[in-house]
Amino acid sequence: MSTTLDYFNDTHQMLRDSVRRFVERDILPHIDDWEEAGSFPRELYKKAAEAGISGIGYPEQYGGSGEDVFMKIVASEELMRSTSGGLVASLGSVDIGLPPVVKWGSEELKARVVPQVLSGDKIACLAITEPGGGSDVANLRTRAVKDGDHYIVNGSKTFITSGVRADYYTVAVRTGEPGFGGVSLLLIEKGMPGFTVGRTLKKTGWWASDTAELFFEDCRVPATNLIGPENGGFFCIMTNFQAERLMLCVMANMTSQIALEECLRYVKEREAFGRRLAQFQVTRHKLAEMATQLEASREFTYRVAAKMAAGQNCIKEVSMAKNFATTVSDRVTYDAVQIFGGSGFMRGTVVERLYRDNRILAIGGGTYEIMNEVIAKQMGL
Amino acid sequence: MKVLVPIKRVVDYNVKVRVKADNSGVELANVKMAMNPFCEIAVEEAVRLKEKGVVTEIVAVTIGSKAAQEQLRTAMALGADRSILIETEEDAQPLAIAKALKAIVEKEQPQLVILGKQAIDGDNSQTGQMLAALTGMGQGTFASEVVVDGDKVKVTREVDGGFQTVELKLPAVITTDLRLNEPRYASLPNIMKAKKKPLDTVSAADLGVDFAPRTKTLKVEAPAARSAGIKVASVEELVSKLKNEAKVI
Repeated sequence: MSTTLDYFNDTHQMLRDSVRRFVERDILPHIDDWEEAGSFPRELYKKAAEAGISGIGYPEQYGGSGEDVFMKIVASEELMRSTSGGLVASLGSVDIGLPPVVKWGSEELKARVVPQVLSGDKIACLAITEPGGGSDVANLRTRAVKDGDHYIVNGSKTFITSGVRADYYTVAVRTGEPGFGGVSLLLIEKGMPGFTVGRTLKKTGWWASDTAELFFEDCRVPATNLIGPENGGFFCIMTNFQAERLMLCVMANMTSQIALEECLRYVKEREAFGRRLAQFQVTRHKLAEMATQLEASREFTYRVAAKMAAGQNCIKEVSMAKNFATTVSDRVTYDAVQIFGGSGFMRGTVVERLYRDNRILAIGGGTYEIMNEVIAKQMGL
Repeated sequence: MKVLVPIKRVVDYNVKVRVKADNSGVELANVKMAMNPFCEIAVEEAVRLKEKGVVTEIVAVTIGSKAAQEQLRTAMALGADRSILIETEEDAQPLAIAKALKAIVEKEQPQLVILGKQAIDGDNSQTGQMLAALTGMGQGTFASEVVVDGDKVKVTREVDGGFQTVELKLPAVITTDLRLNEPRYASLPNIMKAKKKPLDTVSAADLGVDFAPRTKTLKVEAPAARSAGIKVASVEELVSKLKNEAKVI
């Protein structure tokens, strides 16, 4: 950790210790059961809030503890020590669903929604992807038509993290013309007439997380639930993506970190051909390369985070960091399973879960290919 | 009412400790340190008493090097109002610690001293009892429940085969057992607040306490590695082995 001293002070360190305790006491003893059950108790949101974790990164007036990018990174890194990307993604659905409300919602909406989510009483999530397409945000089809002081919403969303359990859904809808200029964000609430949640989707990884389809059939949403300007949602979505992508960088790097730590422990214990695995040059060099790649990725992520914290536009850099981090985590989790051999293929081994959970990181929050498109566009291509 | 909470900096309970190569002790270099878990319970109990309105001020105190300030900051992030570091580079033993704490008790005049029943490094379980004896205060050790009532405190103690409840006149010393409470986590706002709370340092030498060790550690060894077990086919075989081979029955 000594390499990261530039970005973290002793307050970050105390927070790290505190979140790590939370993970050790309240998550790790149960995580294997929760993964197998495909869910964790809802009260964990409440516990995380009571431990002061949920409010990190949000303004104090709504029950948060102030905006500091590296505090958020510390909390996310330590939560990843739960070894469950799904649990982190579920808790983290709040961090992609709520910020648009905080940034662009009306005062009335903020005052009503934000404190309840930060206290862990309510769950927020973000709904952009549709059955017809995910990456092509500008061409989304869910329609919201103004009817007096309401919007009438028709359409559907899919692959929505926390989609089953959420109370508040920050939903991208079409309010205007085709293309990015006709997209808006609406806060749709559980229980609103015409809104139903489909089945819990079964996934390769992220088992502890509930992922769902959402259906809107003449769903009536008060116009006051509009987040940001009408037809100005595309900008909000893209801005929101920056923070989400940074957190995905952190998740990818921690996936690599934990996989590496698991391997370092294993190769010192496991013997083959009369020697410990750690004594084989092929293993040593593999681990050296894993560590080198991870180090570069982590430093890159921190650098981008520091620029973002300083208020710089990092659309290109955060996209690069995400692609770099997920390429590294693809490689590292693959190698980690290889080092573990047969046991790495067995359920109950941490590297097995990391390998599965990792796969989504190069897809969610903007695919690898979309990231490259963003980068290319920023290069003037 | 003022509460004094003595705490200790120890190796984090999740660290797998290693014995030093020369068998003089446990390796502490580059090892993660934390507040002793029983001390966290003591801080939590004090904070709960404050939240109930029984206690008005919580003072955390520790003895050790400058590094122990970290644990005092943690105590303040958990709810202590201020703290005192009794600074020494010596490896203080329970009697010296109890004498140093007595000096602090005389200065601070707390109505309650709540501390962990033992630290997970030395497992001595002596400091609280010695402090009570030196100060003449009553003691309620291994507390699983603490109820303050006027100028008295009822302490439920975990003893072999059940619970014993004692009533003490204040001021008193209480040592905390594992099941007294479940400590909270230090939240970011409270960590920030803790940075502004006062942390005083006194030199151990200034307290006039003799820190010379009364016991000497001869050798520290790791527990012997456990050898593989065997499976027995029947209860008869098990009893026979316990009787004839293990010779335990």
